Amino acid sequence: MSQDNGKSRSKAILVLGGGISGITTAVELAELGYEVYLAEQAASLGGRVALMNKYFPKLCPPACGLEINYQRIRKAHDKIKVLTLAKTVAISGQVGAFEATLDIQPRHVNEKCTACDDCAKVCPVERASENDYGMGKTKAIYLPHTMALPMRYVIDMKACKGKECAKCVEACKYGAIDLDMKSTRLTLNVGAIVVATGWVPNDASRITNLGFGTCANVITNVMMERLAAPNGPTQGKILRPSDGKPVQTAVFVQCAGSRDENHLPYCSSVCCLASLKQANYLREQNPESKAYVFYIDLRAGGIFEDFLTRMQSDPAIMVQKGKVAKVQEDPATRDLHIEVEDILGGGKLRMRADLVVLATGMVPGLRATPLPLQLACDEYGFCAADGQLPGIVPAGTAKGPTDVATAVQDATGAAIKAIQWLHSTTSTPSTTI
Amino acid sequence: MERDIRVYLCSGCGIGEAVNIEALAKTVQKDCKPASCVTHPCLCGEEGLAVIQKDLTGERPCTVVIGACSGRVNTDLFAFPPPNLVERANLREQMAWRRMADEDADDTRMLAEDILRMAVAKAKKTEIPEPYVAPAVHNTVLVVGGGLTGLTAALDCARAGAKVVLVEKEAALGGHVAALHRDTPQKPPYRDPEVPDIARKIEEVRNCPDIEVLLSAEIEKIAGQPGMFGVTIRQANGQKLEQASAETADTESEAAKKEFQIGAIVLATGARPYDATQLTHLGFGRCQNVITHADLETMAKAGKIVRPSDSQPARRVAFIQCAGSRDPERLPYCSTTCCMTSLKQATYIREQNPDAQVYVLYKDMRTPGQYENFYRRVQEDEGIFLTKGEVTGVEEEPDKSLLIQVRNALLGENIQIRADLVVLATGMVPSTLNAQILHLAYRQGGDLPVDKYGFPNSHFICFPYETRRTGIYAAGCVRQPMDSAAAVRDASGAALKALQCVAMTARGAAVHPRANDLSWPDFYLKRCTQCKRCTEECPFGALNEDVKGTPEPNPTRCRRCGICLGACPERIINFATYSIEMISAMIKAVEVPDETEEKPRVLVLVCENDAYPAFDIAGRHRLGYDPNIRIIPVRCLGSINVVWIKDALSRGFDGILMIGCKYGDDYQCHFIKGSELMNTRSENIQEALTSMVLESERVRMEQLALTEYHRIPELIGGFMETIKEVGFNPFKGM
Repeated sequence: MSQDNGKSRSKAILVLGGGISGITTAVELAELGYEVYLAEQAASLGGRVALMNKYFPKLCPPACGLEINYQRIRKAHDKIKVLTLAKTVAISGQVGAFEATLDIQPRHVNEKCTACDDCAKVCPVERASENDYGMGKTKAIYLPHTMALPMRYVIDMKACKGKECAKCVEACKYGAIDLDMKSTRLTLNVGAIVVATGWVPNDASRITNLGFGTCANVITNVMMERLAAPNGPTQGKILRPSDGKPVQTAVFVQCAGSRDENHLPYCSSVCCLASLKQANYLREQNPESKAYVFYIDLRAGGIFEDFLTRMQSDPAIMVQKGKVAKVQEDPATRDLHIEVEDILGGGKLRMRADLVVLATGMVPGLRATPLPLQLACDEYGFCAADGQLPGIVPAGTAKGPTDVATAVQDATGAAIKAIQWLHSTTSTPSTTI
Repeated sequence: MERDIRVYLCSGCGIGEAVNIEALAKTVQKDCKPASCVTHPCLCGEEGLAVIQKDLTGERPCTVVIGACSGRVNTDLFAFPPPNLVERANLREQMAWRRMADEDADDTRMLAEDILRMAVAKAKKTEIPEPYVAPAVHNTVLVVGGGLTGLTAALDCARAGAKVVLVEKEAALGGHVAALHRDTPQKPPYRDPEVPDIARKIEEVRNCPDIEVLLSAEIEKIAGQPGMFGVTIRQANGQKLEQASAETADTESEAAKKEFQIGAIVLATGARPYDATQLTHLGFGRCQNVITHADLETMAKAGKIVRPSDSQPARRVAFIQCAGSRDPERLPYCSTTCCMTSLKQATYIREQNPDAQVYVLYKDMRTPGQYENFYRRVQEDEGIFLTKGEVTGVEEEPDKSLLIQVRNALLGENIQIRADLVVLATGMVPSTLNAQILHLAYRQGGDLPVDKYGFPNSHFICFPYETRRTGIYAAGCVRQPMDSAAAVRDASGAALKALQCVAMTARGAAVHPRANDLSWPDFYLKRCTQCKRCTEECPFGALNEDVKGTPEPNPTRCRRCGICLGACPERIINFATYSIEMISAMIKAVEVPDETEEKPRVLVLVCENDAYPAFDIAGRHRLGYDPNIRIIPVRCLGSINVVWIKDALSRGFDGILMIGCKYGDDYQCHFIKGSELMNTRSENIQEALTSMVLESERVRMEQLALTEYHRIPELIGGFMETIKEVGFNPFKGM
């Protein structure tokens, strides 16, 4: 990647975050001819959407869009430099001449890896997969996920037995495994930086009345995506965590921690539609099953209303205004007993369910992993659209909880904002609303 | 130019265990007669790459056939730039990694041999595409609509270095936002309505030397294609237009016609409020004091909010949400902004009159994201009552006050609310609904295709700027209902896409989804029979027609899906990298054993976007499936020409399976209707079968999503069963 010479100004752009927003900004810029560094802290691109089963309202797989974007990255490989396991340690300078210092964490698998899987076959250690929220396992050496890019394995050194084992090193025909790999430091000179650090699920165990962490069959919406995904821990079968039995009755608890001053005061925008979609997963798998969705307000903006109507037309998906007050587990059967405040009818509803799915909200990724960068944020840690330092452009769900299409839309717009900063350091680009 | 075909076979990643690689190399050498055929234990390693590189130093350019992993991986490593070409033969994911537990080694060997024969046949028919580079590509963006979205898009384009022509049909810039008293909260802490800064934006546009603003102007015609649209704009001289009758308008404005050379277009014509005269059941038109959001906003901007009947201040105001919206009889969708607007307007009333009471009657309060902050702030106001309920009627009392019947209110009651002013939260309707705006000189119609509600929106969640008219991007409320913060973001996105389209067009490259493809369809028009299938079926309206019906290609509108190639009965449409001959040659390269060997052969034509990766992923999961299939990727199922089916059947293939993306309302086809077209074309295929006296079961179409890789063994197995029942193709060995 060449740097613009002359006034030590760089025309390259650094995109922090390799989820759907960061990927979008990067490919849109590269196709327009700009040089981009796409830096992701995990071992693969893909972010949250790589862990989703289907998108509402089309019920189509996120992998399809990722595949197209990966093709675009491949075709623009001379313009996009993908950096994974990249931790941003420092950012200095100013618009047109930022210096970003990134530590590339050791993958312990080098570029000779062909993803043949011989290493994982001999690895004696299993570890809980963070991608499956602990419900599934991988070997200590593993491919991050089905849509991994780069298509390369990684070792979890916390689980790996190290050199005393080294079976993988022996099994690898290509000399790809390096248990001694050290982190390397990269210094990038870039003209603008796009912050596409996305979101993480809210910690459901803090919502004590809803039983997450204490009741085996209370899960979160992101876990439900994994249960329904063909590449998930149950190969796509929606089974009760406690006994692996098919789910007959599921209760979806909306705003679990959201729109709640004690947890997340804001609305995460997508949970209503996500739960309806997940109710549909269950219904498609098991025609005898029933799904109850308890909500405060059903939020299906724009043409998503059609999806709401479609889901509500299924008589076995029962959608009711109500606030779930309590979830308790029957210690013998692990069934769940749910108490709901019926907002419309008054009084209390009590029911039994096999599975409770908490619609937990989105927390800015910056909260979990702050950047060494001064950002203008709202009280929740989401980046403000306006008022960032010159040359810094936030994108996607780093700015607020949205669905994928909206995040991609925003990430596309972020590309032109970044370009504008490269074009001018004197006039103010239209970062204001 | 004469090229050498050089084949490199990798034995790594289990390929060497699946087949005898040296024997395979000998077969390739014997059957395909390449300039060389070399094996290596790890082609993607430094040493392996060096082996290839060393052969590319000669005078003759090479087509390098890599018999190793899927072409979806290691693309950067196996990139040998022109004048060389690269062809990938998928021996790993689609041969070695998919072996069945008890697979006959001969079957595996024959599969590997055929994969290479097909790859070499393809390599022989592939040329380096000569990109279509237009003589002059214009870097000017036309922005249609001078509201918030259009202004933002214009500024964004100009600030990124482009020139802009901004067309507004009214005599002033600013659109709906200019009429607002306050806008809804859009920045942290999202608690207070904001004064719109549209005046500043208008000023910036006015002062920008790269933006030409045309007011009272409309588009008369857009001809041409991306990079070189010829746009005719008719500009009225303000008053003249108003005075002129419809008949004289044309002659009057003749002098004011302007022509522009345009690279790309942003459509930002916004939305209009839903027609409240359709809401008589809510009192509009019947009751004097029933008004709409827009009416209230006008009053607030002017100063005082009063009852229309007596001009007295409104003391009890009721907002009826979803007035016409979320209503299957009217607007079935949600307009997304009405909840926030009513909350905002409730604060106007409370500010003007601290004693006033405001009711907001809603179905669901929709204040997504951080807008919840504003909702909470309004809830804190003791004079504002927010109630879930369905309004069943509004009646006017003799004193002109209003009685509102509400059903299903909280706690199950039916209640009545008395108000002296009722405000209907009317939704928005796209400006494109039943209107002609762009006047495209396109065979398939003058405007962007729209969804069932009239929005020219993208159908793709991952690609909100996917457009069916290349180079024309909709943004703002015309694309889908949105508030002004969202419209500003959308404008930026559309602006980026417009600039990107111009830049890619200038390089002769396709835009999304086959981004950077340099090939384009060549029409051998001497043999065209004017059947018009290509011009009708092109999903992007790329082809116009002359008076006789001969297609007039517009290469920069083209997205390279190949649907025209699939449609053409004369087989006169071809790409340098994808042609009738190429796929036919691949089909003919397969060695079909005769009947006595009892080995069926099934041709599987797979969509390269989703189904092909699904086969790769199946391989990665080591899902075994029948080795008697031969996979050929196609650009889209819609690009399958019936002649290939005939070729395969005459060659002795026992069956043909076509696997593509889902079609229907929630289609996943990347080229809109390619897989659906294939389905409708199956009639032609059945004709072909009948003419050959073959059973209809021999050809089947399946839909497969990328993540449905687990279905592949069963899907293939099921079809093989069918073929077994039908029996061998009688053309075998002929």
